[in-house]
Amino acid sequence: MMVADHGPIGRYLETLGAWMLGILWMLPLLYALWSAFHPAAYATNFDPLAPLTLANFKAAWQAAPFTRYLINTVLLVTLILAAQFVLCTLAAFAFARLVFPGRDLLFAVVLLQLMVMPDVLLVGNYRTVVQLHLADTILAIALPYLGSAFGIFLLRQTFLTIPQPLDDAARLEGCGLLARLWRVYVPLAKPTYIAYGLVSVSYHWNNFLWPLVITNSVTTRPLTVGLAVFATTDQGIDWSIVTAATLMTSAPLLIAFLLFQRQFVQSFMRAGIR
Amino acid sequence: MRRETIHAYLLLLPAIILLVAFTHWPAVATLIDSLYATPHGGRPPPFVGADNYQGLVDDPVFWQALVNNVWYAVATIPTSIVLALLMALAVNHALPGRAMLRMAYFLPTMLPMIAVANIWLFFYTPDYGLFDRIIALFGGGRHNWLGDTSTALPAMIVVAVWKEAGFFMIFYLAALQTMPTDLKEAAALEGSSRLNYFRRVTLPLLMPTTLFVLVNAVINAFRVIDHIIVMTRGGPDNATTLLLFYVYETGFRFWDTATAAAATVVLLTIMALAAAFQFGVLGRRVHYR
Repeated sequence: MMVADHGPIGRYLETLGAWMLGILWMLPLLYALWSAFHPAAYATNFDPLAPLTLANFKAAWQAAPFTRYLINTVLLVTLILAAQFVLCTLAAFAFARLVFPGRDLLFAVVLLQLMVMPDVLLVGNYRTVVQLHLADTILAIALPYLGSAFGIFLLRQTFLTIPQPLDDAARLEGCGLLARLWRVYVPLAKPTYIAYGLVSVSYHWNNFLWPLVITNSVTTRPLTVGLAVFATTDQGIDWSIVTAATLMTSAPLLIAFLLFQRQFVQSFMRAGIR
Repeated sequence: MRRETIHAYLLLLPAIILLVAFTHWPAVATLIDSLYATPHGGRPPPFVGADNYQGLVDDPVFWQALVNNVWYAVATIPTSIVLALLMALAVNHALPGRAMLRMAYFLPTMLPMIAVANIWLFFYTPDYGLFDRIIALFGGGRHNWLGDTSTALPAMIVVAVWKEAGFFMIFYLAALQTMPTDLKEAAALEGSSRLNYFRRVTLPLLMPTTLFVLVNAVINAFRVIDHIIVMTRGGPDNATTLLLFYVYETGFRFWDTATAAAATVVLLTIMALAAAFQFGVLGRRVHYR
């Protein structure tokens, strides 16, 4: 459907073009894979018989406290996800199903965050965190992202599609507000939670600038900041080890993506359709 | 107060407090800070009015950051959107290795920008990098892609497009898959060519998606500077300094928080204007279902 009209030649050209773009797109990653799995001498020498090795990964893992960075990232991502799920669920339910004065105004206030993201407000947030005496903690990295307009919006849209009679039935059976939320709304919104969860985890696993600004020690740095510190200061130009470290830090997310490709893609789609 | 009202406020309280404390309050505080001098010691900083903004106007580096960022946005946004659309069209119909191709396009999105930066840093290395090796095949000489003021910013643009296009492809793909097929049959009956069909039917139906992608692309062009920090640190000679990088440097390397606050206000204004333009002007011309 791109340039050519019907006909077999057009089809071939389209396929060829698509694949050339695909190969071009894979090239940087293939290059990184090559140099990470081969001795430094072969980093830029594409001899198909070059010996494979895992030594670069071992060297990278030992050269910097990546185990600690990995733990920090897992803690960070878990903390953010858990808090976002709870806070956004409560707020989304209020916006979707309760009637109260100032609802539209408050919702507009929330939506403002979709345009003005905390990432840009480094200076202001840095000062707040320092005043709270939380600088250089994992909680500090998480704080600006816990109240998520995106999550509230996404869950509210989902809650709005849940039939009111289900809610009424639960109410007749004597369920309180939180019980209805927990028994009716949360189970029916499961696909949205999965979608939002995957988007949130991949965003915060990869987030860099705010963690860079607010952390200052090995015990708090996430993988991304650890990798940057490692790549710029500790290593000269040993590309094999740097690329090994790079692949290592992205591996958990990449492997998860390759295993659950369909869920990931559908989640990103679902999260994007508003 | 009614019980439902109290319940609603209680449910909203934690999320709203955090949201306001880390989005709305810092935005307002930054605006206020930009009117005061940088605090020193324990004394409250004096009110200086528009002095910090005058400082920005007088700073050639700030102007360069602004101009760089505009070029960066102008080059990155349309390129990644057009590529995203082409990718989506390509993998939307049956062709050999479709699943593999879709993965190839999408994979860069899953990588942290910081990892992308490291990989491309290697790519751009003089002599050893793949770029120079390919050029050497054609008899070209070594080139310091990131060290040359004329190629450093384009090099950053290429990285951004590579990282972003696959992400936007997903949204086009979602839109293409929900497109009604009866339109296509009707067009085929009328003997409409594929190119004509694409221009008259597909493209207009994709407008809401394009608007959504556009908003995201604009935000990203001003929000993401991870690759700048790792690959060039704004250099050479400020050739790759973007606005947020300018904020980062003045705020956290020179600790000139007043100037950083003023620059943040400029950044926020640009993003607000972009949002207003997109929803106001473009929004009216978009076809909504």
